[in-house]
Amino acid sequence: MDAAVKSRPPPRAKATGVVLDSPRWLGPLFIGPAVLYIALLVGLPFVMALYYSVSNTTTGGQTLGYVGLKNFAGVIGTPKFQTALKNTFVFAAISQAIIIVLSHALALALKKDFRGKRLLRFFILLPWVAPISIGTIAWLWIFDSTYSVLNWTLRMAGLIHGQGFMWLGIPHLAMGSIIAVHVWRQLPLATVILLAGHGSIPQDIHDAAAVDGAGFWRHFFQVTLPLILPISLVALLFGLIFTFTDMIIIYNLTRGGPYDTTQVLASLAFYTGIAGGDLAEGAAIALFLFPLLLAVALAFLRIARRTEVI
Amino acid sequence: MATVEARGLKKYYGEIAAVDGVDLATKDGEFLVLLGPSGCGKTTLLRMIAGFEAPSAGELLIGGEIVNDLPPRARKIAMVFQSYALYPHMTVFGNIAFPLKAQRMDRAAIRKKVDWAAALFGIGHLLDRKPRALSGGERQRVALARAVVREPAVFLLDEPLSNLDAQLRASARDELQQFQRRIGTTTIYVTHDQVEAMGLGDRIVVMRAGVVRQIGTPRDIYHEPADTFVARFVGSPSMNLVRRDDYLLGFRPEHFLPRGVQGGGASAGFSFKVTRVEYLGADRLLYGTLAGFSDEKVIARLPSTVSVSIDAEKTYDFAVEEKELKFFDAKTELRVAARPL
Repeated sequence: MDAAVKSRPPPRAKATGVVLDSPRWLGPLFIGPAVLYIALLVGLPFVMALYYSVSNTTTGGQTLGYVGLKNFAGVIGTPKFQTALKNTFVFAAISQAIIIVLSHALALALKKDFRGKRLLRFFILLPWVAPISIGTIAWLWIFDSTYSVLNWTLRMAGLIHGQGFMWLGIPHLAMGSIIAVHVWRQLPLATVILLAGHGSIPQDIHDAAAVDGAGFWRHFFQVTLPLILPISLVALLFGLIFTFTDMIIIYNLTRGGPYDTTQVLASLAFYTGIAGGDLAEGAAIALFLFPLLLAVALAFLRIARRTEVI
Repeated sequence: MATVEARGLKKYYGEIAAVDGVDLATKDGEFLVLLGPSGCGKTTLLRMIAGFEAPSAGELLIGGEIVNDLPPRARKIAMVFQSYALYPHMTVFGNIAFPLKAQRMDRAAIRKKVDWAAALFGIGHLLDRKPRALSGGERQRVALARAVVREPAVFLLDEPLSNLDAQLRASARDELQQFQRRIGTTTIYVTHDQVEAMGLGDRIVVMRAGVVRQIGTPRDIYHEPADTFVARFVGSPSMNLVRRDDYLLGFRPEHFLPRGVQGGGASAGFSFKVTRVEYLGADRLLYGTLAGFSDEKVIARLPSTVSVSIDAEKTYDFAVEEKELKFFDAKTELRVAARPL
């Protein structure tokens, strides 16, 4: 080939070559879409919500005036908000407590070798993978006031007589039902995270504990648990944030009822801001827990980083 | 004190036999080494003794009692792992105290015992540290201290020196042996390193493919190998094995010397064609072939005290003392009685 031609490539190819070879351009080029995505779909709505919460905007209205903390002040005193706030913490605390215990037990069980382990793991992961609406519709039937399979089972077992429970119609039962569905849905993810944590502990450590005479409880609480604590905290952090911000189960099961007794902040924000049209107040409710969640997230990540792993 | 005995011990993983009928018995207070190449079943055997793996067949006895169905913690054993398996979230004190806490010993007694074990291995000043702040040698001592602290009947050691550098390994080997002699606890030690095995063991169990090929003192294993596998596996360079008719003739490189150099006993002469000379300082290694035998490579190891000049591509008269000649059946590869050459 002609040397002169070879040394003078077409200008177009040269330009793309410069871009792809230079870290100055290549880096921004790769990271750009992600930044754009987050900025447009997370950052912008978040900033808008921040502003809405201190404005007097409504879904139908044209006004966007600044009203300071009036929305916060107005909403905090209402019984509806206080119930939702209390429910949010009850919902998060109870469901996470149950999930922690069950996911550890499940992870321990799934760690063992047995026939059909892979199939069982798949089934356990299903609630997380399946669309939540479909899952919740099945639960709606389970909790149905007339056709409740739960009532039927209890009746057949001779534990109750007559009509049975109105699972979603009585405040405490409704909350309990919501927690049950939430646990059912979140348990798989927590279990999978913990299984990964178990996988990172060398078998030798377990063998050493066995030789050293540790029984089941000592082995679990003094060896296994401390070693998967960092990853347990990550699972708990995910769970907490997810629980604090999720409303889909409540939306599908009770719509916050009966009489707003199962409303949590996330669902109350939706019903106030979107369904009720008061965008400003909805934003204020939604943002109410943001500082707390941020603090929780930072604290957890810090602990997880500090905790010593192998 | 206790002995460990295996009777027809087998372990199958599906169709594959990891341990295929092992019979052995330690003597009380003995240092027994399981030696063999990777995958020979020595670690599986050790793990069965520890109780981590259930035997597929056969019986295992510790202190005369059948322990097949006992969990590890009920077997009065202690184990040192290749990785040391220290609990990373506990201090050195916590690590050593763990087996005692599991015995529900009271605090004061635990303190006393831990101090005793730490002093034994010279790690008293490290008790507050976490394992990750220790060097390899220190970790190994902590692992040993954790093993001795509850005074087990049997020690199981799984290649505990393999993570140390060469220099440290030599001194650790020395310490390990002294320590074992002092406390006199029956010890089973797994290694693939024949030097370690020769240096440490009262007796050595040579394994291959799940089967015991020979059990004997280091001297027996080296000088009286039961078959060609043991002959080849132990010793470096390994034993020369050349074939003639239906037998294999074996002799160690250090016994294969120029005629006239070896001791006074009767000796057999060979015509040795040298192909290569390797100078190693203390020794010279001569590579070549023997006339009248199969053309397997033969090595002679001449100490530097033998100053005969040897050149490559020449043939010399070499000899081996007759008592150093070993004969093996060419088919079974087992040792057979000496015969005239």
